[in-house]
Amino acid sequence: MLEVQNLSMRFGGLLAVDQVSLDVREHEIVAIIGPNGAGKTTVFNCMSGFYKPTGGKILFKGGEIQGKPDYKISRLGLVRTFQHVRLFSRMTVVENLLVAQHRHLNTNLLSGILNTPNYREKEQKSLDRAAYWLDRVGLTDMANREAGNLAYGQQRRLEIARCMVTEPELLMLDEPAAGLNPAETKDLNQLIISLKEDYNVSVVLIEHDMSLVMDISDRINVINQGRPLASGTPDEIRRNDDVIKAYLGEA
Amino acid sequence: MAAHNLKHALFCAIVTLIISYPILGFNLASEGTTVTLEGAKTSTVVGVLLAAVIVFLFQLFRDTLMGSLRQLPAVNPLTNRKPMEQSKRLKLDSVLLTLMIIGALIWPFIASRGAVDLSTLVLIYIMLALGLNVVVGLAGLLDLGYVAFYAVGAYTFALLSQYYGVSFWFALPIGALLAALFGLVLGFPVLRLRGDYLAIVTLGFGEIIRILLNNMTNLTGGPNGIGGIPDPTLFGMEFGRRVKEEGNTSFHETFGIAYSGEHKVIFLYLIALVLAVITAIAIRRLMRMPVGRAWEALREDEIAAKSLGLNRTAVKLSAFTIGAFFAGFAGTVFASKQGFISPESFVFLESAIILAIVVLGGMGSQMGVILAAIAVTILPELAREFSEYRMLIFGAAMVLMMVWRPQGLLPMRRIHIELKKQE
Ligand SMILES: Nc1ncnc2c1ncn2[C@@H]1O[C@H](COP(=O)(O)OP(=O)(O)OP(=O)(O)O)[C@@H](O)[C@H]1O
Ligand SMILES: [Mg+2]
Repeated sequence: MLEVQNLSMRFGGLLAVDQVSLDVREHEIVAIIGPNGAGKTTVFNCMSGFYKPTGGKILFKGGEIQGKPDYKISRLGLVRTFQHVRLFSRMTVVENLLVAQHRHLNTNLLSGILNTPNYREKEQKSLDRAAYWLDRVGLTDMANREAGNLAYGQQRRLEIARCMVTEPELLMLDEPAAGLNPAETKDLNQLIISLKEDYNVSVVLIEHDMSLVMDISDRINVINQGRPLASGTPDEIRRNDDVIKAYLGEA
Repeated sequence: MAAHNLKHALFCAIVTLIISYPILGFNLASEGTTVTLEGAKTSTVVGVLLAAVIVFLFQLFRDTLMGSLRQLPAVNPLTNRKPMEQSKRLKLDSVLLTLMIIGALIWPFIASRGAVDLSTLVLIYIMLALGLNVVVGLAGLLDLGYVAFYAVGAYTFALLSQYYGVSFWFALPIGALLAALFGLVLGFPVLRLRGDYLAIVTLGFGEIIRILLNNMTNLTGGPNGIGGIPDPTLFGMEFGRRVKEEGNTSFHETFGIAYSGEHKVIFLYLIALVLAVITAIAIRRLMRMPVGRAWEALREDEIAAKSLGLNRTAVKLSAFTIGAFFAGFAGTVFASKQGFISPESFVFLESAIILAIVVLGGMGSQMGVILAAIAVTILPELAREFSEYRMLIFGAAMVLMMVWRPQGLLPMRRIHIELKKQE
């Protein structure tokens, strides 16, 4: 479904990502791990179109997407969350979910002003989808609060819900468990598995929480200082000498 | 702490003296061909000294003073009341709105001619501020050259009427559309800019338009402006004493009433009222639509908005274009009301005032913007007795307001959205 081939990204003199390759199949959770500053987020930024990679290819559903504008990539069904939560903080929780469903604005400007039945039907569908996902992540009671006032864990969940209302095929999560307490992490664990099982979404996941990664990933890619270090199933990674060295050497 | 305060207060008082004494304390007197400097009247000197003392005292007790000022909102019973129930609030809102509109409809028939004329100006500012509110309040794009679009609207009507004899009603949509087109075109180069940079470039655009109007003397008459802009007609009826254009009839003759200059003023007011209401309703509708939410999303977090498939270019341009459209509306009405326009009417100060209205009202809040437009236009008129200190009073009011209520008169309230319960 997604194939990254020899991706490189250079910032001036710094080669932040060097020849990284990874692939994601349908119905799969793939993790990217690595020490701080390894270049994981940079890989995400290239995949989601925020950076134009300096080398390599990214194929999504067979088409090349590297260098495409960010909003077009997300419309293809490849959406992401951010390492530092990025909500529309002064808008309400529902509005956050509605905005995510507004990709094609220009088509309904006039029908919106005139409030045609067709427009109302579409609006109702968006509302229903928003209501469904709020319920799914347990935020129904918060629907009309400002997103910025939510607790941190709730904000994280809202960010995932906001991706899901766009009905993506591939979801990229950048450290979704960062800052969560153990109970919240467990819920997140379940939510991610359910995204894959019940909604048929593939997931790429950057995460430092090893137990979460080992639990839910089908495959793991390890990056160190921008270079691919190892890849394989959780068991293989656990036993890989290079990985152990890199992590122990770090610690 | 106290020592520090004292030093600071002393410093401020001395600065006050240094600044104001040379300006107010001396007079230039001319005796024949020579100009001499002489001391001002004792009362002025005492005044300056008194001002320095006041500054000194204020700075000395500043913390206590500002502290009690900050307590004010807490004293205000409205601040801490419980939020009203949704349905009740909606009802109250609509009742208030209806009353306001009825009041505005009756107003011209009970008020004096001057007051009605001023109210028309208020309505024009309401249109302008509502339009700018889209750009600044909702989309978060600081536009300091908004007056340019106002000018485009006004000059479109003035030029069309001068060269082609086009009437108000034809010029109105053309002016608005042309202003919108300008908004679109000027929007392109500033797409990548944000914050301060955007502010500076839009400021430049505003000035360019004004200077162009000033220098294209052949077309626009330059600083002399364009006069003789016709009044609007009511189904072909003119409001002047005599009919100017062939084929038209005059209002007072058709209805068999005596001619009165007031008819025209009232008619203009009503047109402005209708247009302002249309503006308010249209923008209110837009705010509840995908575009409106996209504007706000872009203001809140551009990167997140893009990651969700919003096209930044389209969203920003739509904000600029729609904002400019309503400025064009306002400009056409303004040209018709004045009958004469010149680049003088479209200086930077005008942009600043419209922006002040938006900020004072509470960014994004329509009701707040309307209240602020009324306040900002009427206050200087009320302070007319202090003529030369008008701007000073205006500025002081603004500073106080921002200290006391930085979020604006009526901060924007989020729209409450009822969701169906999930089974
Ligand atoms: N826009 C940029 N300009 C210059 N350097 C950058 C840029 N973005 C990232 N880098 C550099 O690239 C390297 C990789 O950063 P990246 O954020 O991808 O790491 P990461 O693996 O996500 O780390 P963490 O686990 O801390 O999130 C870092 O050295 C960072 O300083
Ligand atoms: Mg990172």
